[in-house]
Amino acid sequence: MSMVEDAQVLPVTPKAQKRTNRPTSRGRLIFAKLARTPRFWVGTLTLLVIVLWALFGLAFYAYNATSQDVMSMNTAPTGNHWFGTDEIGGDIYAQTVVGLRKSLLIGFVVGPVSALLAGFIGALAGYLGGVWDRVIVWFIDLLLVLPALYILIMLYPLIKGGSWVIVMVYLAIFSWMILARVIRAQTSSLRDRDFVKAARFMGVKTSTIIRRHIIPNVSSLLIIDATLGVGAAILTETTLSYFGFGVQPPDVSLGTLLSSGTGAATTRPWLFIFPAAILVITVLATSLAGDALRDAVDPTSGANRD
Amino acid sequence: MTEPLTITGKRAPAVTPVLEVDNLSVTFGRGANEVKAVRGVSYHVNPGEFLGIVGESGSGKSVSSMAVMGLLPSSARIRGSVRFQGRSLLECSDAELSGIRGKDISMIFQDPLSALTPVYTVGHQIAEGLLLHDKKLSRQGAAARAVELLKLVGIPSPERRAEAFPHEFSGGMRQRAMIAIAIANDPQLIIADEPTTALDVTIQAQILEVMQEAKEITGAAVVLITHDLGVVAGNADRIAVMYAGRLVETGGVDEVFHAPAMPYTIGLLRSMPSMASSQSRLVPLEGRPPSLAALPPGCPFAPRCPLVIDACREAEPALSGTEEHPTHQAACIRSSEITSGKLTRSEVFPRPAPVLEGAPAGTDGREVLSLKGLVRHFPLLKGAVFKRQIGTVRAVDGVSFELGSGQTLGLVGESGCGKSTTIMEILELAKPQQGQIRVNGVDVADLSKRDRLKMRRDIQVVFQDPMASIDPRLPVHDVIAEPLTVHGVSKKDQQRKVAEMMELVGLDPEMASRYPHEFSGGQRQRIGIARALVTDPKILVLDEPVSALDVSIQAGVINLLKDLQLQLGLSYVFVAHDLAVVHHIADHVAVMYLGRIVEYGTSDDVFSRPRHPYTQALISAVPIPDPALERTRVRVLLDGDLPSPTDDIPGCNFRSRCPLYQLLPEEQRLRCRDEDPSLRTVDDTSVACHYAEHDALIDTVAKR
Amino acid sequence: MIGFVVKRFVNYFILTAIATLLAYVLASLSLNPAQRYLGRNPQPSPEVVTSILNGLGVNPDIPVLERLWIWLSNLVTHGSLGITVDNQQVTDVIFARAGVSLRLLIIGSIIGAVLGVVFGVWGAVKQYRVSDQLVSYASFTVGATPTFVIGVVLMILATGLNGLTGHQLINFSGEYTAGLQGNFLVLFGDRINHLILPTITLSLTAAAGYSRYQRSAMLDVLSADYIRTARSKGMSRNSALVKHGVRIALIPMSTYFAYSFALLLTGATVVELVFSWHGMGEYLVHSVQQNDINGVAGSVMFASILVLIAGTLSEVVYAALDPRVRV
Repeated sequence: MSMVEDAQVLPVTPKAQKRTNRPTSRGRLIFAKLARTPRFWVGTLTLLVIVLWALFGLAFYAYNATSQDVMSMNTAPTGNHWFGTDEIGGDIYAQTVVGLRKSLLIGFVVGPVSALLAGFIGALAGYLGGVWDRVIVWFIDLLLVLPALYILIMLYPLIKGGSWVIVMVYLAIFSWMILARVIRAQTSSLRDRDFVKAARFMGVKTSTIIRRHIIPNVSSLLIIDATLGVGAAILTETTLSYFGFGVQPPDVSLGTLLSSGTGAATTRPWLFIFPAAILVITVLATSLAGDALRDAVDPTSGANRD
Repeated sequence: MTEPLTITGKRAPAVTPVLEVDNLSVTFGRGANEVKAVRGVSYHVNPGEFLGIVGESGSGKSVSSMAVMGLLPSSARIRGSVRFQGRSLLECSDAELSGIRGKDISMIFQDPLSALTPVYTVGHQIAEGLLLHDKKLSRQGAAARAVELLKLVGIPSPERRAEAFPHEFSGGMRQRAMIAIAIANDPQLIIADEPTTALDVTIQAQILEVMQEAKEITGAAVVLITHDLGVVAGNADRIAVMYAGRLVETGGVDEVFHAPAMPYTIGLLRSMPSMASSQSRLVPLEGRPPSLAALPPGCPFAPRCPLVIDACREAEPALSGTEEHPTHQAACIRSSEITSGKLTRSEVFPRPAPVLEGAPAGTDGREVLSLKGLVRHFPLLKGAVFKRQIGTVRAVDGVSFELGSGQTLGLVGESGCGKSTTIMEILELAKPQQGQIRVNGVDVADLSKRDRLKMRRDIQVVFQDPMASIDPRLPVHDVIAEPLTVHGVSKKDQQRKVAEMMELVGLDPEMASRYPHEFSGGQRQRIGIARALVTDPKILVLDEPVSALDVSIQAGVINLLKDLQLQLGLSYVFVAHDLAVVHHIADHVAVMYLGRIVEYGTSDDVFSRPRHPYTQALISAVPIPDPALERTRVRVLLDGDLPSPTDDIPGCNFRSRCPLYQLLPEEQRLRCRDEDPSLRTVDDTSVACHYAEHDALIDTVAKR
Repeated sequence: MIGFVVKRFVNYFILTAIATLLAYVLASLSLNPAQRYLGRNPQPSPEVVTSILNGLGVNPDIPVLERLWIWLSNLVTHGSLGITVDNQQVTDVIFARAGVSLRLLIIGSIIGAVLGVVFGVWGAVKQYRVSDQLVSYASFTVGATPTFVIGVVLMILATGLNGLTGHQLINFSGEYTAGLQGNFLVLFGDRINHLILPTITLSLTAAAGYSRYQRSAMLDVLSADYIRTARSKGMSRNSALVKHGVRIALIPMSTYFAYSFALLLTGATVVELVFSWHGMGEYLVHSVQQNDINGVAGSVMFASILVLIAGTLSEVVYAALDPRVRV
């Protein structure tokens, strides 16, 4: 090609660029930024430890969640009963691990599922625009008028006596709305971006545009909110269960455990403090990780200009 | 005026400078992330002097002036000295500096939209500056003075406008308000950071006038920071050129423009498209500015310099003058060879020869695209619950033109004139609201869905902002191949074609697996061009393809476009607000105003003998990078801003701003008011003006 | 500006009205008012149960929409929300309990908003410094703690404090000490004392959310060009940040307030339950537990009205803060 020899051609391959053969993708960049954020490591490592603990915490422990040690009732934490026992000799440590499992399971299902729901509905509204957009947004606003907790409490008779799976489904159904609005706003701004316009002028099909350009560009938001959603779902679940509207006995979650521990909380704090601390640490870990993710994805963050 | 009042910094100055900057450096970040944004800059400004600081983006020109004002973030490490009227500013506390800022030194910023607080009225924001420095002033007194200042900077009905919020002002008016704030306390020094970059040329010309007036009224010295050599040519007394965080050349405006001593300055001057010449190729400045994070030793310009010798890479040359011209200093070890005339400017940066001479390949000039009476109106809705139409935005209001194969049509006009809407209508390939669009002789309204898709191969687009027009999440190969995916091209053919295209636009095909963010702005625009060319189209629609690029990069892209046209026989619709660029590339020019074409003709005719008063004003507003020419030039200034496209102006819609209308006797004005002029032929160009033959405008202005 | 606020009010009104009606339908479908009488001893005859249910207007044999219509026309013509399962007018119950909830909500949201704004601005201005990190981690921790846990922990602490000092310094059970005799000041002081822990609980939760949001809004503003302009006029950094920065960073907060109001309501409900306050949140919960459809509908309507007021209020604040929306 004669053009290459031409004087006006920029020297586009300086040696520095040739060295690295693997392209540094955006994902790699984000990870590099994440790796430098202590908050991210604190969050993810804590979460990892908690998950492992929930899985294997009872492997080398003498008691399980249903065992009753009649010899030691109402005891403060000891070498035998690490978190103490309740009034019938139930082991709080074992119960906490079991409750944690359920809460984590609910969180890890509800967070991503509601993020997916939000992504789908939000992207649809944002990309379709016009009447569809207005109808969907109006519907979302309608769902946002009343606190989700109120609706869930009103649904309680349908949960009563049912399995914790129903709680999980209801939680997922009522926690996608705010994120859907965010995704919608993002999508409709993407729709006007030049690269989407360019694709349209090339004749690329709408479904392909959504798949190739829209979804990847909102995916970071979805990942962040799926992470934050895990914590939020655990919070809602424990609150519901605490007041008896969520997970029903004999199923145990951190919420039901805290509920039974509250009565004696001022006199036998271990019944309450241990499960509560585990709960707070778990949710805190997800929100630290999610926040660090948000910082890493947002190109404007971290710039300190004053 | 020709000899600036400068005295060398080394000898004892006869006048005490207002501002003396000595060995200023600014560093951001630490360790591996350390960026030396400014590296030992020294200059001075004398009372009443106009200093122009010129540099490309990232040259450190804005950072150095922010350092002077003490407005850099606390994370910036600043060394050196800044003396304002003998006072060392770097040692002042924020409170002490606050006493100086706005009173003795004031600043005008680039983007007037974001520079004013949106929630306070303009009058309040001006008065605030007054009250801060004059404790005795009453609120009423300050408000009254604010109105006076608004009047001074040329804002009509200032009493009413003082009560308005910034969002109710146009860009030009906001910048006038910024100037009003800057001159409020009669400062000694005004620093203007790219004050006209975000504005149209016509408004830019107005603002530069206002700045000159402001300078005369206050007697302040002015430091104007810009990337546009044309802007400083007519106004500045002295020029300082910055590159990679350092001054590389300084001297009187005539010396720097007419006898530049630093190869970078020569390159900048030669790479600018000029209004004077049209058809020859531009002189590109190869490469890009170095990263300030890790500078190699030696002259930072060495990698791009055509005069580079081994000594250049050893040590960074200091800024020094010669015996005859002590005030004209350059940071180049070979500058004496340049100034002595041993090396001429055209030898340093030779004009590249075109790839192909003569007529474009395979073109016969037959029509490939034509518009007839194209109309695009948008309804303007209002209402809380039920929307009702309260007006119509006439974005495109009857536009017709033809484009022959191998030809370039330039579409010019101020922002908001409808040029972008016009090309978007073309690209939709759908039936327009009114009128007709024909591509290759086929009316697009009659196309079936299948045929329309097929036609998209023939007409492709390149957008203005290479950052926005390329999906950041796709590797370059996928970006360029995207148009092919629509037409069922096999993966193997796609790869071959992408490699071919990348080579064609001057990119290494090996970089196809990289992501867009790894490329510079100019390279990204080449990716955009490669994507547009990959389907072997016949027509390229170019929407401001170079306006987001630095001057030195611009030239390379324009040359590339011209070469591609010759090689491939392409036809271009080239939309731009930069008339010099259009003059350079277009065969025909259509000037748009409020959704209509007001003048249409060959590029040479329109630019050398503009007939419509609007075209005359547009052309005369373009600054020319030649101080001698700029000073003697007469400008046809337009009043005010572009009217809203919703206004229903009876008769000629340019009447409200027309400089010719002002000069016409009353009986002739009548026709402008009553009769809407349609395009008619005057000396080979089509003009929509009743009095296009009138040379009254040019004559009168010349006499003034 | 009035046009803008009216438009938003109408929008909110329609939304809240429909939400209330939907809530009535939802409650009618999910609750089973007959169940209350099934376990009674002696078991009332089916006819008696039906007549009771008819009296309440909750007979499941009548189609839901018809019951909704009756409920609605009663509301419009008589201003009545029906009667509770305990034979009280729902409106009477609401009037008796509304004050309790409002006191908590108003004091809690004001303190929460003020703390949130102050800490948010502080964190943004001191970004990445130690004080910002402290505020950040504190707000994360509060945000990760369910409201009821905060309440219970505060109770444990207060018990400890009371035990340490040997006095009943802080009371936290109920909203006043039952049977306490004394003049107005004593009674007033007693109520204030009971207010302390619930208010702290609600304010903390609210402040944690507000401060995160205010911090990011303020960070956006910090790098804005108009702050630089204000400083170039001769304003010191701090006064430019306060006069030009905070003023603008408050604009998105007014919108956020409307969105977060639902969270505040949730928090208040939890606080009422934890500290055994007889407010509207507690009433909703009790009504659900007692299968009292009218009670549920009434308390949901109360919440809707609060949402309507909060939403409109935030639009008024928004319009007052931002001249760009005034039409």
